Amino acid sequence: MKHREIAIIGGGPAGLAAALRAANLGARVLLIDRSDYLGGQLIKQTHRFFGSKEQRASERGIDIARELAAGVTANEKIQVMTEATALGYYEDGVLLVEHHNKITAVKPDRLIIATGGAEKNLMFPNNDLPGIYGAGAVQTLVNVFGVKPGKKVLMVGAGNIGVIVSYQLLQAGVEVAAIIEAAPRIGAYWVHAAKVVRAGVPIYTRHTIKRAYGEQEVSGATIVQLDENLQPVPGTEKDIDADVICLSVGLTPLTELLWQAGCQMIFVPELGGNVPLRNEFLETSVPGIYVAGDVAGIEEASAAMMEGALAGLNAAASLGYTSESLASDRKNVLAQLAGLRSGPVGEKIRKGLAQAML
Amino acid sequence: MLAQNGIPTPADLAGVLPPADRLAQGPVAIAECYQNIPCDPCYHSCKQGAIREFIDINERPQVDFEKCNGCGTCMSRCPGLAIFVVDATYSDSEALVKIPYEFLPLPEAGETVTAINRAGQAVGEAKVIRVQNTRVQDRTAIVWLAVPKELMMEVRHFNVKGVR
Ligand SMILES: Cc1cc2nc3c(=O)[nH]c(=O)nc-3n(C[C@H](O)[C@H](O)[C@H](O)COP(=O)(O)OP(=O)(O)OC[C@H]3O[C@@H](n4cnc5c(N)ncnc54)[C@H](O)[C@@H]3O)c2cc1C
Ligand code: SF4
Ligand code: SF4
Repeated sequence: MKHREIAIIGGGPAGLAAALRAANLGARVLLIDRSDYLGGQLIKQTHRFFGSKEQRASERGIDIARELAAGVTANEKIQVMTEATALGYYEDGVLLVEHHNKITAVKPDRLIIATGGAEKNLMFPNNDLPGIYGAGAVQTLVNVFGVKPGKKVLMVGAGNIGVIVSYQLLQAGVEVAAIIEAAPRIGAYWVHAAKVVRAGVPIYTRHTIKRAYGEQEVSGATIVQLDENLQPVPGTEKDIDADVICLSVGLTPLTELLWQAGCQMIFVPELGGNVPLRNEFLETSVPGIYVAGDVAGIEEASAAMMEGALAGLNAAASLGYTSESLASDRKNVLAQLAGLRSGPVGEKIRKGLAQAML
Repeated sequence: MLAQNGIPTPADLAGVLPPADRLAQGPVAIAECYQNIPCDPCYHSCKQGAIREFIDINERPQVDFEKCNGCGTCMSRCPGLAIFVVDATYSDSEALVKIPYEFLPLPEAGETVTAINRAGQAVGEAKVIRVQNTRVQDRTAIVWLAVPKELMMEVRHFNVKGVR
């Protein structure tokens, strides 16, 4: 059995930031990720990020991931375990990790869960035809492996992810037939939307996919307009030819470990589904278990980094580590988080978080 | 309407365009950024102090057209690719529109491209005057297009001929 001061599950922006802050305070950290790389979602985000200077606005996700990962790898207080999946956390404080077909038991004093989110699916006839993907998968194919998923894509969902992945498909030389969105308004930042629209991709709000068609694989979809009550308007059906349908209908927190560890959970639609209750230190109802990033509520990489920093500082501080600037560091991170969430686009998050506090 | 189809209305535009007398003086930035989002790199990137400081990060950018010299530094720092520079004084009949561009292949100076408007429609032809793609720009090129003057507030994108 390995003893560790802090174990962090998930090497996305939240986990990386947590590891750096905790180690800088002096704690010994074990960072676990099931992928063979660090960076989480960031490694496929080739676009420039929003946010403010402190959150590295205007830098590209891939570059932020590279820099954070390099900092973590170079830090001698942080041990990194990739290709390692956390399987469960038990009452006696033992964390089981599967690593290269071997199960290792770790006993951490503190645990930070930063497992991110998983894509939601959409129900419609023939949604199991080959050629129908989640947007995350398409983004991984195109931006990580350099593989085009097809020639012509119908994107379902006009949130930031649907619009950004459409843009990246265009950059890869793939045609995007249209982006459809059931809601009456585009959810993505309008500047992102404007970018794909001027590049020739129409966005149809109040539209949904009625069914996909195709024999062996998808060859198109019938879309239909929706009325105020989200009911299909008869006679508005339209066929769109496409050999790829890309679903971008939201993420939901990846919370299995939290359930299993006995953390109190609550269903908050604004945060993407079931999320752990947490206090202002990002500690859950199980003492010693902290959360950060999308697993605590689907938000953004900038917020994930800030939450990670906060969880890392708090977990290390709870072990007695401190520094002269601890109080002001904490305050600074909290102020940045509040700033990010303060505007009209942050309203949903604010409403959601208000329901998820212990 | 932006919220419905991603295309700004003339009324949206009217709120961000520089006045005619300023346009008549030479290159100037236009920030086509209409939504209160948490973002401010444009402010931090402008060395002329021509973008008003954001008190709240969710504010919209306000360009001080008198201070702006149209250098275009802010264009490649804007994650929304929402800032354009227009020089109405380029020639008697043509204006220069500087466009942030992240597609391949990049055009070359002298090439004729298809000029595209905000709705993605072809509106005419444009001549590439210059392509800026330095290391500092970090893979967001800026392409200078000469377009007929009457299209200077229309053209916001282009297609390289023969490339879809
Ligand atoms: C297309 C797209 C565009 C985006 N654009 C922006 C943007 O412009 N600005 C912005 O701020 N945000 C953006 N985001 C959001 C941002 O990527 C996420 O909010 C952020 O990555 C969340 O960070 P995280 O660390 O919580 O989770 P993730 O990045 O998802 O990382 C979680 C990590 O945990 C690992 N993991 C999960 N379960 C286990 C387990 N049991 N054992 C071991 N490891 C595990 C995973 O392998 C993964 O590496 C975008 C997202 C997408 C998909
Ligand atoms: S064009 Fe130059 S001077 Fe004008 S706002 Fe942008 S950076 Fe500032
Ligand atoms: S950097 Fe671009 S997207 Fe961000 S506020 Fe400025 S103009 Fe808008």
